[in-house]
Amino acid sequence: MDFTASLALIAPEILLSVSGLVLLLAGAWMGDGASRLVSYAAVAVLAVCAFMVAPALCSGAMGPDTVAFGGQFRADAFASFAKLLIYAAGGAALLVAPAFFERHGAMRAEYPVLVLFAVLGMGLMVSAGDLLTLYIGLELNSLSAYVLAAFLRTDERSAEAGLKYFVLGALASGILLFGMSLTYGFTGTTTFEGIRTALSGGLSTGALFGVIFMLAGLAFKIAAVPFHMWTPDVYEGAPTPVTTFFATAPKVAAVGLTMRVAMDAFGTQESAWQQVIIFAALASIVVGALGAIGQVNIKRLLAYSSINNVGFILIGLAAATQAGASAMLVYLSIYVAMSVGGFVAVLMLKDADGEAVEAIADIAGLSRTQPLLALCLAAVMFSLAGIPPLFGFWGKFVVFQAAVQADMIALAAIGIAASVIGAFYYLKIVKIMYFDEPANKVHGKSDWIHWALLIVSAVFISPLGYLLTRWLGSLADKAAAALLFAA
Amino acid sequence: MDGFPILSLMLLVPLVAGVACLFADARLARNLALAATLVDFALGMLLWASFDIGGAQWQFVERAPLFAGFQWALGIDGIALMLIMLSVFLMPICILASASIEKRVGEYMAAFLLMEVLMIGVFAAQDLFLFYIFFEAGLIPMYLIIGIWGGQDRIYASYKFFLYTLLGSVLMLIAMLWMVNEAGTTDIPTLMAYDFDPRAQTWLWLAFFASFAVKMPMWPVHTWLPDAHVQAPTAGSVILAGVLLKMGGYGFIRFSLPMFPEASAQFAWLVFALSMIAVVVTSLIALVQHDMKKLIAYSSVAHMAIVTVGLFAFNVQGLEGSMIVMLSHGLVSGALFLCVGVIYDRLHTREIDRYGGLSINMPYYALFFLLFTMASIGLPGTSGFVGEFLSLAGIYQVSSWVALVCTTGIILGAAYMLYLYRRVAFGDQKNADAAAMPDISAREWLMLAPIAAAVLWMGVYPESFLAPMRKDIAALDARVARAAPLGDARLKLSEPTKNAGHAQDEHAAHGEAH
Repeated sequence: MDFTASLALIAPEILLSVSGLVLLLAGAWMGDGASRLVSYAAVAVLAVCAFMVAPALCSGAMGPDTVAFGGQFRADAFASFAKLLIYAAGGAALLVAPAFFERHGAMRAEYPVLVLFAVLGMGLMVSAGDLLTLYIGLELNSLSAYVLAAFLRTDERSAEAGLKYFVLGALASGILLFGMSLTYGFTGTTTFEGIRTALSGGLSTGALFGVIFMLAGLAFKIAAVPFHMWTPDVYEGAPTPVTTFFATAPKVAAVGLTMRVAMDAFGTQESAWQQVIIFAALASIVVGALGAIGQVNIKRLLAYSSINNVGFILIGLAAATQAGASAMLVYLSIYVAMSVGGFVAVLMLKDADGEAVEAIADIAGLSRTQPLLALCLAAVMFSLAGIPPLFGFWGKFVVFQAAVQADMIALAAIGIAASVIGAFYYLKIVKIMYFDEPANKVHGKSDWIHWALLIVSAVFISPLGYLLTRWLGSLADKAAAALLFAA
Repeated sequence: MDGFPILSLMLLVPLVAGVACLFADARLARNLALAATLVDFALGMLLWASFDIGGAQWQFVERAPLFAGFQWALGIDGIALMLIMLSVFLMPICILASASIEKRVGEYMAAFLLMEVLMIGVFAAQDLFLFYIFFEAGLIPMYLIIGIWGGQDRIYASYKFFLYTLLGSVLMLIAMLWMVNEAGTTDIPTLMAYDFDPRAQTWLWLAFFASFAVKMPMWPVHTWLPDAHVQAPTAGSVILAGVLLKMGGYGFIRFSLPMFPEASAQFAWLVFALSMIAVVVTSLIALVQHDMKKLIAYSSVAHMAIVTVGLFAFNVQGLEGSMIVMLSHGLVSGALFLCVGVIYDRLHTREIDRYGGLSINMPYYALFFLLFTMASIGLPGTSGFVGEFLSLAGIYQVSSWVALVCTTGIILGAAYMLYLYRRVAFGDQKNADAAAMPDISAREWLMLAPIAAAVLWMGVYPESFLAPMRKDIAALDARVARAAPLGDARLKLSEPTKNAGHAQDEHAAHGEAH
């Protein structure tokens, strides 16, 4: 494969890097006044990138034609599925931000630029075909994310969130690097293909340690139990638009990366990591559900909810089949819509002075003061709980279907029974909004862009979403096939 | 009627009206809801009229491959037809009964109309996962109905209702996924004819049982019911008792029995044991209630236990009886909740002791209440008698002891219902405010009279209701015959004596089948 072909495959990444740099300069020269403009330009860039990666997904691209730079980078259908989700989530995070930061007088042009670089890093993560690409993508994403978490400089909680995220993230990167070096040491290569070949004969104890350490590092990035402790603090402390971003795009990227590592690089040694994943899945479901019950801050609650959801996603990985991979992608798509809807709704909870309302008790009786907002938030909650006919049910459905098809009935039964615990706290939010007397705290008017995003995601997770299942399923199947083709 | 998607239309009408109600003011929402439910009732009558009795097993079939993994497949047999009729018949009455609802009327009507969509959907679904979606989705509107418009402890009751039933159902989902994986289809009629491995059936049956037993509800997982009933508004109770409980029975008759006949036979003793306990225990509990709604709620559990024993009798009488008990109980308990609602609207208490001597100042009310009380007891001439008699006749062929214990339920039923009636309608007018209550209004006449007519109709000429179901029940009986347990009556077959007529011949053949 010649150099130009490789460059053509990474065209979206090149566009993202160049426009990130250009926008950075634009921001530097034009000042913070232009930050709204820079944000919209960044959204446009993401839209263009989406159009650039979409063909690979629709055609189900896979095989040697999609591999660039001697196996370091893969632009296959799987990568484009994940990238489309990442771009969508990044776009949402860019669109909701100006109205929020301007209220705090903190909107600056760095925000869209950092988001672009984070998105670039995530694109590298899901396209990685080599441990080094993986690490570069991961760090580019993480470093941008640390800064984003601390973006509200004047807010102590935001600074604390940034610091916590950085310290724990650095630790996780260290663990991941240690695992990578062990893997390299015992297989003699850093490419996923090489690792796969080297491990096909059997797994030495050293390589097993490599696998476990790498999975531990990745589990931190996707916030799976027992590496989830940072999530509630960071989600609560980070500015809400940033939390919207954290809950969606990096989650997709990290899950996609985990899928690549587990099913491609370690794909011949399923039994080595399956138990780890099963434990992480069930523990995430249970801890995510139990931890959420006592929360009084809605962002913390949604953080636990994301831990809970990661558990369900991992059930698809535990199945270790193509159906499982496809189910994970479907779940991720629905999860992104639910999270965007949920956090945008939280963003729209403002008191008369425009200050954010985050205490769950303060949204009491929301259904009477802001019926539409309450309806959308209730739909998000029922959807997260996986109650049909909302679309969130479909995500759980496909994941459990994959587990049952892989003959993991006990896992499916325990997982779904534990989902009932989760239903309890989602119900609590609905109860507070619908059954309790109004607290009359939430007043503020919201930007039309917030409404638009909320309505779009609410329609997506409404029963109308089921009309998309065939389309979504066939795309996810193509992506999953591309992931396993190299296998 | 060929090709006209009447079932989809019946789902669409309340759905559209429900969405419209969300945006309408109180008065408009009431009228809209009433109009939509009446239209659905008219469509239901049309459905019944054009149902070809003795024709194809599945009629009005619609199929559209809209979704991945399952399809939009609707269609009904006689059993589903009767239950759909029950739903559409009760809905306009529920809307009428909601006149006392004053807060958030639009949302209330929307929740009820959504409920109607889901109930019809459950009975009409021909696809396993479509059924599950309708079945589960009913939790959301019911949760809101209990939680927003309920009484004092509504929050606790709504949680209990939601989480209990959810836990029951999710296990069923796993079982369904396994079945579909095994049989390679989501089509319910195909699955009903599919023979699963008897060992797997055991687990599948238990998973389905977990769901249906909670919905039914069977002892000891019935405890959500009294709480939910007492706290729900009148119309909510009517729907809960009238139709939602029937989903459990429908589940047994549509899934557990035909899909897992061996496991059903294997676990029949469990069902019998739980039902016997339920009949006696909940009847005794009903006897000591001070709250009218709670009393009727416990009596529902006892009646549902008669349904389950009838279903698991594995014979035609038992199955037909169970269906009639379900229909009859839907009407009668719905009517009894309406009767409670009538006086609750006047005095705002459900305490039995606060009333007394109502037959003096409310004679028409007392008349209706008496009719429904008698129907609940199972007096011949009312619908209750037909169903209970058939069910018990069915179970008697299997086990005399179970029949004996369950029959005590009838006696206890008479005890607590008559005791209730005596305290409310007879005796002295000991409370001045209760004595000053006016008799039923025209609106309440409109609510109670149709149910009374239906109860009498079903009691005097049950054939109208049995005829559409007869073929389906015979098919079900044939399906489960291979696993039918040997009755303890141990009918001895001997050569017919010479003077024995044709009738006896038939009887012997009948006995052999069991």
